[in-house]
Amino acid sequence: MNRYPLWKNLLILSVILLGLLLALPNLYPQDPSIEISAARGASVTDSSIGEISAALENAKVPFKGIEPREGEKLLVRFATPGQQLKGQETIDRTLAERYRTALTQVADLPGWMRALSMNQMALGLDLRGGIHVVIDVDMEAALDQALERYIGDLRSQLREAKVRYLTILRDGTEITLKFSDAENRDKAEKVLNREFRNLQLQSSESDGNFQIDASLPETEQKEIKDFALQQNITTLRNRVNALGVAEPSIARQGDRRIVVELPGAQDPGRLKEILGATATLEYRLVDTEGSVADAVAGRVPVGSKLYYERDGTPILLKRRVIVTGDQITDASAGFDSQSGTPAVFVNLDGQGARRMRNVTTENVGKPMAVVFIENRTTTRMVDGEPVKTTRKVEEVISVASIREPFGRRFQTTGLDSSEEAHNTALLLRSGALAAPIEIVEERTIGPSLGQDNIDQGFFSVMVGLALVVGFMALYYRMFGLIADLVLVVNLVMIVAVLSMLQATLTLPGIAGIVLTVGMAVDANVLIFERIREEIRNGNSPQASIHAGYDKALSTIVDANVTTLIAAVVLFSFGTGPVKGFAVTLFIGIVTSMFTAILGSRALVNLVYGGKRLDKLAI
Amino acid sequence: MTSKRNTNAKRTINDFDINFMGRRKLAAILSGTALVVALLSILIRGFDFGLDFTGGTVIEVGYQEPAELSEVRQSLESQGFPGATIQYFGSNRDILIRLMPQAEEESSAELSNRVFRALSQDAKGEVELRRVEYVGPQVGEELREQGGLAVLFSLIGILIYVALRFEWRFAVGAVAALVHDVLFTVGVFSIFQIQFDLTVLAAVLAVIGYSLNDTIVIFDRIRENFRRMRKGTVMEITNNSINQTLSRTIVTSGTTLLVLFALYLFGGEAISGFSLALIVGIFVGTYSTIYVATAIVIWLGLSKADLIPVPVKKEGAELNSMP
Repeated sequence: MNRYPLWKNLLILSVILLGLLLALPNLYPQDPSIEISAARGASVTDSSIGEISAALENAKVPFKGIEPREGEKLLVRFATPGQQLKGQETIDRTLAERYRTALTQVADLPGWMRALSMNQMALGLDLRGGIHVVIDVDMEAALDQALERYIGDLRSQLREAKVRYLTILRDGTEITLKFSDAENRDKAEKVLNREFRNLQLQSSESDGNFQIDASLPETEQKEIKDFALQQNITTLRNRVNALGVAEPSIARQGDRRIVVELPGAQDPGRLKEILGATATLEYRLVDTEGSVADAVAGRVPVGSKLYYERDGTPILLKRRVIVTGDQITDASAGFDSQSGTPAVFVNLDGQGARRMRNVTTENVGKPMAVVFIENRTTTRMVDGEPVKTTRKVEEVISVASIREPFGRRFQTTGLDSSEEAHNTALLLRSGALAAPIEIVEERTIGPSLGQDNIDQGFFSVMVGLALVVGFMALYYRMFGLIADLVLVVNLVMIVAVLSMLQATLTLPGIAGIVLTVGMAVDANVLIFERIREEIRNGNSPQASIHAGYDKALSTIVDANVTTLIAAVVLFSFGTGPVKGFAVTLFIGIVTSMFTAILGSRALVNLVYGGKRLDKLAI
Repeated sequence: MTSKRNTNAKRTINDFDINFMGRRKLAAILSGTALVVALLSILIRGFDFGLDFTGGTVIEVGYQEPAELSEVRQSLESQGFPGATIQYFGSNRDILIRLMPQAEEESSAELSNRVFRALSQDAKGEVELRRVEYVGPQVGEELREQGGLAVLFSLIGILIYVALRFEWRFAVGAVAALVHDVLFTVGVFSIFQIQFDLTVLAAVLAVIGYSLNDTIVIFDRIRENFRRMRKGTVMEITNNSINQTLSRTIVTSGTTLLVLFALYLFGGEAISGFSLALIVGIFVGTYSTIYVATAIVIWLGLSKADLIPVPVKKEGAELNSMP
């Protein structure tokens, strides 16, 4: 009695061995490493490894190895953080034009583990330090922009087709075109049907008013929003990559949110500035004829607009823009060769270059201004309702005379510092955001706090485990020891599943593990109490073991399924910290059912099975 | 139930014969009073909501030497941050600064940078930026809403599961006990004005899971005994069931409390609220299993006939054993 067939024992054993194997990588230390990616216009090739190792050897920086990494990246491993920093400095100094570097930590796993793509647990930002930012994309603004574009296109198409219209108005997502007679309206309808298949049209007339109502169908609106979100993700990814952060994660969340996670990032202030910035440049001619004093008093000449320089000096600029940030294909920061002040070197696309050449040729000797534009969005609570305000900051950063015509490539000075030059160049390079964004949530954890969290979490798991293990052994003797053993196996299994799924372990996640340590013994407590009861009822030890496991089973399943329901709900509704807790709770419950029911039974069977017993050590 | 005492008996908690259900009126008064106090406190004092639910900014900085709160407050006020909440966090070298959502137009990035600069200027040694958390006002509102929904949906899910597996009276009893536990636990946070943040919410949901676990174990035993015992009134069988599972109840609550105290004492400031909520929840959850869940099932008029399995679904052998 009470013996498992061989296959069952082997099955349990192999599951446990598999768990041990999967948990094994977590015992290996981490190498301080540098992640290397290609700079803009360059690429990581087969010869890159040789190039980088030569550079490091030249500078006499010892390193452990270089290997290719996913996504066209390389990884250089070092023995100490000091060598890692020296290595980064060396690569940045000698190969900065071709490669970008980012500091990271990578587990030093033996080759066979890597071949089996085994991995360590993924630690959340609260444990390893880093920045977690949730960004809200202003979808209403994206839609507004799209509709304004439509109206612009409608006007020019109608003009081109020589159709006379009275007005084009917009109310929300509805565009109304008004005409003086039916003939023009019908002509317009034809043009619109041909050129704007996306719009839903409806013509009507009342009191001699002839009009067409055009609206964007829901599907079209959704597409515009999706595109804006996607475009913003791409732009943010470009910006993050340019910053040099290892293993960044940029993911869509819901309809309008983007989550950016940057592990180990060091300078939160700059990161947030770069992420949220909408800065761009515009080039305009200066209006030298209009009176600045009149403009300040409110009489701005037609075709001009009043601006202010950084020191507050008012200046009149022409309304027509020569080129905008959209037409900039590349930008880099540097210093002006004559004055030595910080400068941004700008490259324009074909269209922009043509226009710039035309304008500068016609206006040699006249002043041109560079306008720095930034959108700052903030949300305030007014009467309990969030109110979003976007403030557009437009500053003239430099005014210079056009000495000679220029086109594709030129430089802009007037920036406050070389850091601002760097940031502006970076923003121009990675493209504009399709819709304004706002950081709605941010969590930055410094590296030392992360380590503290790991230490405290680990320590409390150990203390909790020791207390429970001690109690069980004292109270249930032999059976208690068996429960202790499966409890430890359960911990290993949780680590194994977390490593395998690469689910992120967070501080609340550790709390979840601690809690499952307490609750995982419950299954065994139920079984053991049942066995004691059977013995008290006068049953034989073997029959009591059998009945104990049998009768407790349905209770254990019922109790655990209900806890699983709570874990699933937590997971689906929770964000961040709550999710981490739900994941480990869920995994812990599932693994504990396996270890506490099957695992402990197998051990009990091995110890007591098939023997004649007078009493049990329970 | 009579039983032969064996040698183990002196070490174990068993053979209880406590008339739990006999004191259920007293317990009802106790629970009722506690819940009224909790509800009043929630309505009148409300919660000391954490950053997650109010929005705002939290900045944790580490000093090399023990820092004076008054000095930190002074340097913040001189830099234009009045009304910041400043407190020690774990030790007297760690300081937590909390700023409510700013009325002026300023992004979180600039705000935390400015606070950090202000502190660095006035500090003697080097100051380390340990943590920045910023939650926008609309996110705070969403998190509050989601939290409430999470509690609601888990209760509904549990109601359905228990109703399917047992019987509607048990489902009502179980959910009433859970509502009792949730109210009591959050009531404690309201009465003592302990900060209520997302991790506490997670703990409340874990309390739901735990308390339910406890309830199911006793319900399971009641069902089993109803089917097995031919003699005895509903009250006697229920009492027996509670007594039979009592040692398990004490052992499991005990081991869970052991780890929770470990977590509370050594897990660090960040999850102390979490552990506290669970400690409270486990005490009240154990109590409510007996005096709320079970008492309500009896009050709803459970009879033996309600738990006799439907004959069609069961095998012949069990049919014979029915009274």
